[in-house]
Amino acid sequence: MPKVVTDIICPFCGTLCDDIECTVSDDNKTILSVKNACAIGAEKFNHQKLPGRVTRPRMRQADGSFKEVSYDEAIDWTAKMLVASKKTLMYGWASTSCQAMSIGHEIAEKVGGIVDNCATVCHGSSLIAIEDVGVPSCTLGEVKNRADRVIFWGCNPAHAHPRHMSRYSIFPRGFFTVKGHKGRKIYVVDCRYTDTAKCADTFIQVQQGYDYELLNAFRTAARGESLPDTVGGVPKEKIYEVVAELKEGRFGIIFFGMGLTHTMGRNHNIDIAINLTRDMNDFTKFSIMAMRGHWNVTGSGQVLGWQYGFPYAVDLSRRDQARHQTGETTSVDLLVRNEVEACFYIATDPGAHFPVDAMISSSKKPTVTVDPHINCTTEISDIHIPVAMVGVETGGCAYRMDNVPIETRKVVDAPEGMLTDEELLTRINKRVDELMAAGGA
Amino acid sequence: MNTVTMNVNKIPELYFECENVNPDTFAGKKAAEIAALKGYQGKKISTLGEYFTITGDAGATAADTKIVINGDCTKMKYIGAKMSAGEVVVNSSTDMYTGSWMTGGKLLIKGNVHSFCGLAMKGGEFTVEGNAGNYLGAAYRGDWRGMSGGVLRVKGNAGSDVATFMIGGELIVEGDVDIHIGTHMEGGKIIVKGNANRRVGGQMVKGEIYVFGNINVMMPGYKYKDEVDLEVDGTKAKFIEYIGDLGERHPKKKGEMVYGKLYMKK
Repeated sequence: MPKVVTDIICPFCGTLCDDIECTVSDDNKTILSVKNACAIGAEKFNHQKLPGRVTRPRMRQADGSFKEVSYDEAIDWTAKMLVASKKTLMYGWASTSCQAMSIGHEIAEKVGGIVDNCATVCHGSSLIAIEDVGVPSCTLGEVKNRADRVIFWGCNPAHAHPRHMSRYSIFPRGFFTVKGHKGRKIYVVDCRYTDTAKCADTFIQVQQGYDYELLNAFRTAARGESLPDTVGGVPKEKIYEVVAELKEGRFGIIFFGMGLTHTMGRNHNIDIAINLTRDMNDFTKFSIMAMRGHWNVTGSGQVLGWQYGFPYAVDLSRRDQARHQTGETTSVDLLVRNEVEACFYIATDPGAHFPVDAMISSSKKPTVTVDPHINCTTEISDIHIPVAMVGVETGGCAYRMDNVPIETRKVVDAPEGMLTDEELLTRINKRVDELMAAGGA
Repeated sequence: MNTVTMNVNKIPELYFECENVNPDTFAGKKAAEIAALKGYQGKKISTLGEYFTITGDAGATAADTKIVINGDCTKMKYIGAKMSAGEVVVNSSTDMYTGSWMTGGKLLIKGNVHSFCGLAMKGGEFTVEGNAGNYLGAAYRGDWRGMSGGVLRVKGNAGSDVATFMIGGELIVEGDVDIHIGTHMEGGKIIVKGNANRRVGGQMVKGEIYVFGNINVMMPGYKYKDEVDLEVDGTKAKFIEYIGDLGERHPKKKGEMVYGKLYMKK
């Protein structure tokens, strides 16, 4: 008889919803139905039973086709590639567990790898701003229970984090927010009228590329100084009015996304938003939070930060020191500048997201991709090693977008004989040790 | 002053980290000893001699040592980084971190430099005859102390994020600059003889920025103050003075608020 598994953590976005329920077949092999998840989250669980799933490693042949090989053979090839390369890009990590990451970092230390995660093309600029000026942040629980002024700046959770608004930021009733939506004032700042903007009390349409100027105007207005008539297409009266409303709130929060991190100025947009948050704390309680995308990209930043002091783009190639410089040790720059000799991708799909020049460069290097699915990156790799899906077929620690660690759960069994990320990396690590003991680089 | 001449004899496969190429490390060493100094490409450790043909012995001290580098250095990082005295002349373009953290001496690049050059420079003279990349004279990531002394002159254009967190010294760009110049600046002087794109002096606390050309979009936190006659880097002209960034915190001196100053040539 099918059984129901409750309180499952959704391994899709940084919101890490923790109330998913799945009905699982008798033999514990198939997810029959998914409850409570958003459309994208449900699809993540449903992937598990899709036909045509790759269950054994595949190696590229001379004619360009893939041939199935054993895990041992794939592990040996990968370890030899890592040991031979002077500098290896080890990119991804955002959709695997923190336990797997720490084993991967151990390998990177030995072979002189550069460990980078998806923040590099996402919230990396937020992390640079945090390095520069710090961050006054909070947990999503505090937002739910306290926030009465909620600003979404350059983000669209209605599409990217579908349950964020109902669980934490707009609709829920909390301890001090008993009126739910009615007790909150919602502001959306964007250059487009998004679906999130439809839920807003105030929508501020900023001219594209003028976020920095507008945030500067908010700060200037907060200090009672004069402003030009319009800033980024927004009239100064509107700016003064919104700032006055924000000051009257009991608890304010700014959520921001790619509209700030990947428009002109990048880290500076976040930097000034953080400084606005700091300024607002002179009047009331205010926080700011990045809308992190991949479900465990925050975890990769946490593990790297704890181990090496930098949240992404950590260059361990010198083996005696960790270095970090966005623009130098970041994946896209390394690939475009041809600064690495081999690529190891895990739990991500750069082929779908990186600039084409970077992927052309990558396709000319020895490449290993570890991923449960066939994706754009596996198709330009020399080896594709399939693994169990973390959060569905195996558990592991993940960090929510507010840096709260949550242990994900195993729902069903992986296909027979399939390794998890942790098992695979442990075996690659062991093989690297053997090769280095035998006189490898 | 003794001269060490280095001719590039092999282009590195990746990028070569030349952190040992500066008068301080060379001082007191013979040509053969210099050739034995280490250079890095990822985990591969090689010697300077593998990539350069080195002639001439160094002087007894850094101040007595001049280094002349010929050949293609576009894949060489850290040339002249952390130098405290002496002279380095590079007859080529160079890669990242050229002249970063330098505290003294003279560094001349007869080509372009890539990003992160002159980072957190404390003293000396650093001249680039071509163009510079991003983060010229800025702070290292996460540091709040950018360029604090010396003179950094770029005869061509510079990229974005020039002089972020600058706290002292003088930075002159004779061409144009891209966005974000003098962000978080807390001292020093920046002179741009060409045009500045946008976001000039954002979050600036104090210091001076002079722009001879146009600024595409002015920051809203700047306020017109006055018109003044000034001589800036040998040019006498009338400048419009703005104060700002009014959105940023500012210190008080003798009861008066100290602002950053932005001068635009009239």
